[in-house]
Amino acid sequence: MKVVVCVKQIPDPADPGELDPDTKTLKRDVKLILDESDSYGVEMALQLVDDAGDGEVHLVSMVPNNEVSGLRTALAMGAAGATLISDECLSGSDALGTAKVLAKAIAAQEPDLVLSGTESSDGYTGTVPAQIAELLGLPSVTFAKEIAIDGGTAKVKRQTEAGYDDVECPLPAVVSVTAGVVEPRYPSFKGIMAAKNKPVEELTVEALGVDPAEVGWAGSRQDIIDIAAAPVREAGEIIEDEGDAHERIVAFLDELKVL
Amino acid sequence: MGLDKIWVFAEAQGDSVASISLEILAKAREVADTVEVFMAGHGDDHAEELGDHGATAVYVTGDLDGSLQGSAVATAVAAGIEAGDFDLPDAFILGTTQDGRDVAGRLSVKLDAPVITNVVDLEFDGDTLVGTEPVFGGSTNVKTRFTSDKVGIFLVRPKSFEAESTGGAEADVEDLDVPDLGAAGEAKITDSFAEETEGPRLDEAAIVVSGGRGMGEKDAFSMIEDLAKILGAAPGATRAIVDSGWVPYSYQVGQTGKVVKPTVYIASGISGATQHLVGMKGSKNIIAINKDSEAPIFAVADLGIIGDVHKVMPKLIEALNNR
Ligand SMILES: Cc1cc2nc3c(=O)[nH]c(=O)nc-3n(C[C@H](O)[C@H](O)[C@H](O)COP(=O)(O)OP(=O)(O)OC[C@H]3O[C@@H](n4cnc5c(N)ncnc54)[C@H](O)[C@@H]3O)c2cc1C
Ligand SMILES: Cc1cc2nc3c(=O)[nH]c(=O)nc-3n(C[C@H](O)[C@H](O)[C@H](O)COP(=O)(O)OP(=O)(O)OC[C@H]3O[C@@H](n4cnc5c(N)ncnc54)[C@H](O)[C@@H]3O)c2cc1C
Repeated sequence: MKVVVCVKQIPDPADPGELDPDTKTLKRDVKLILDESDSYGVEMALQLVDDAGDGEVHLVSMVPNNEVSGLRTALAMGAAGATLISDECLSGSDALGTAKVLAKAIAAQEPDLVLSGTESSDGYTGTVPAQIAELLGLPSVTFAKEIAIDGGTAKVKRQTEAGYDDVECPLPAVVSVTAGVVEPRYPSFKGIMAAKNKPVEELTVEALGVDPAEVGWAGSRQDIIDIAAAPVREAGEIIEDEGDAHERIVAFLDELKVL
Repeated sequence: MGLDKIWVFAEAQGDSVASISLEILAKAREVADTVEVFMAGHGDDHAEELGDHGATAVYVTGDLDGSLQGSAVATAVAAGIEAGDFDLPDAFILGTTQDGRDVAGRLSVKLDAPVITNVVDLEFDGDTLVGTEPVFGGSTNVKTRFTSDKVGIFLVRPKSFEAESTGGAEADVEDLDVPDLGAAGEAKITDSFAEETEGPRLDEAAIVVSGGRGMGEKDAFSMIEDLAKILGAAPGATRAIVDSGWVPYSYQVGQTGKVVKPTVYIASGISGATQHLVGMKGSKNIIAINKDSEAPIFAVADLGIIGDVHKVMPKLIEALNNR
């Protein structure tokens, strides 16, 4: 079984950088890392290939600046190889432009299953998985919390507002995985060393066969007209508990007439 | 100023229209002359409620036989436009929900239309509609508009607008033909499960009592449930304790969980990470209990208690029980 996992490389959320007021994109001069949201897809893929007994996990990632450190992390976890679409013209890409690029790169791998995160940690549009599926003419199951492969069928528990649905879907299919559903393994020392020699195919947008006019700022057909700090909430009364703080809470609730 | 026509994607919640869909209708009515709805399922069940919230027509797919909504709804809408059954609206607006994102993603490909997501406000800049999107976990707001004359798709976060009844007449029900979907339509729901919860719904409750990792252990979450019961509140949680398996995902408040705006939000043992704050800082009053005086939750609290939840909560529960 061949599983392709989409992995986004993003600025470290602990130090996300800032939006460049001129280009209105994230300043990407910071080092990019594997989006934690995608570590679950990688882990899920490795487990499914393990369960299947044979096959491999292939990664696909798109960046404007030939960054590979996030890919190396996922390769160190156990993925076999990766495709990196890297091109300056990708800077400023919107979700649809991103999906067009990823879909082309995924199709070239002829996978049985495509995994992604439900939403990235930096852009979190949450639309890329369904866009990829539609571009590839594949069924999709988003918000998966459990996946089992049974012959040519994916059996997925799909998170809903109230609980979950059991969903069945023939392969090949696109499945997006919610955060926290599996425990991503830490790369071992051996894994990290091995990852250095694993194949990463680097492609430009043109080599991939996508029209550069459909990606980047040009292709996004949207424009940021304003960036401003969100209004902050005023902090109120802060007290230290001396054993009677609960009385202050009761009085506060009384003032609000909610008791 | 004002658009001619907006199409709003509506979702059902049991026998009613989901509140996110009614919220969007209220805003859509404000920015467009005509508001029409498209949705999966049968329109007769919802035409009255949708009309009462300002929709003049509801286009429905009929029974989907268990198929997930994304492919079916998007394909039916695109096919109807192609066939000239109805005119392309000036914008589509959907909720940032599971099915809303599926439909939006597939529709954007079908129509080659861009998306603006996580929108919490819509306003005009001249005669273009502009969406406000909180980024970096809500610390910064960016305003984005579409630059092409093609139709654009907005995805709106729950609780961004207030639903409002207009007393409008029942919406006309129109059929959307669902063409053969091919492989894309083959994901089918075989069974549905709802987590058992008592009391009010988390996103509708007037009071929400939430617990975080500072509760210490899974068993201590019963204090949250007890307090919620006494107050007629809904219990909530941070992602940290959902991921740890203390409570189901349906309890999660925040960026990847529910957005809540209750009269009172009580945060107990919660640090106040931006991804949590984005789901609750619209609450009218916030009470926080945390032993760390530096915890970011105190920056948004109307009443902050620096203290140990294991001391404060039992006394609070007892005091309220004794009333
Ligand atoms: C703050 C901010 C706001 C934005 N708002 C919008 C907006 O409103 N509309 C819009 O169209 N674009 C928007 N963008 C741009 C968008 O986030 C990026 O174009 C991104 O490349 C794709 O979208 P996503 O990360 O939101 O994808 P999501 O749909 O949230 O990601 C889901 C999954 O898709 C896969 N994936 C996504 N991107 C890549 C990648 N580059 N390489 C490999 N796998 C990937 C990952 O598995 C990921 O977990 C925004 C970006 C930022 C930083
Ligand atoms: C992409 C992404 C999406 C996310 N989405 C969400 C989301 O939707 N919702 C969400 O909640 N989080 C979300 N998170 C996670 C978020 O960043 C935080 O990790 C999480 O909210 C922290 O949960 P917590 O406050 O329970 O835990 P912690 O941050 O560990 O805080 C525990 C707090 O309890 C206090 N404490 C400890 N012991 C006691 C005691 N005895 N008495 C009183 N106080 C005590 C500590 O001082 C501390 O402040 C997301 C993260 C990412 C990257």
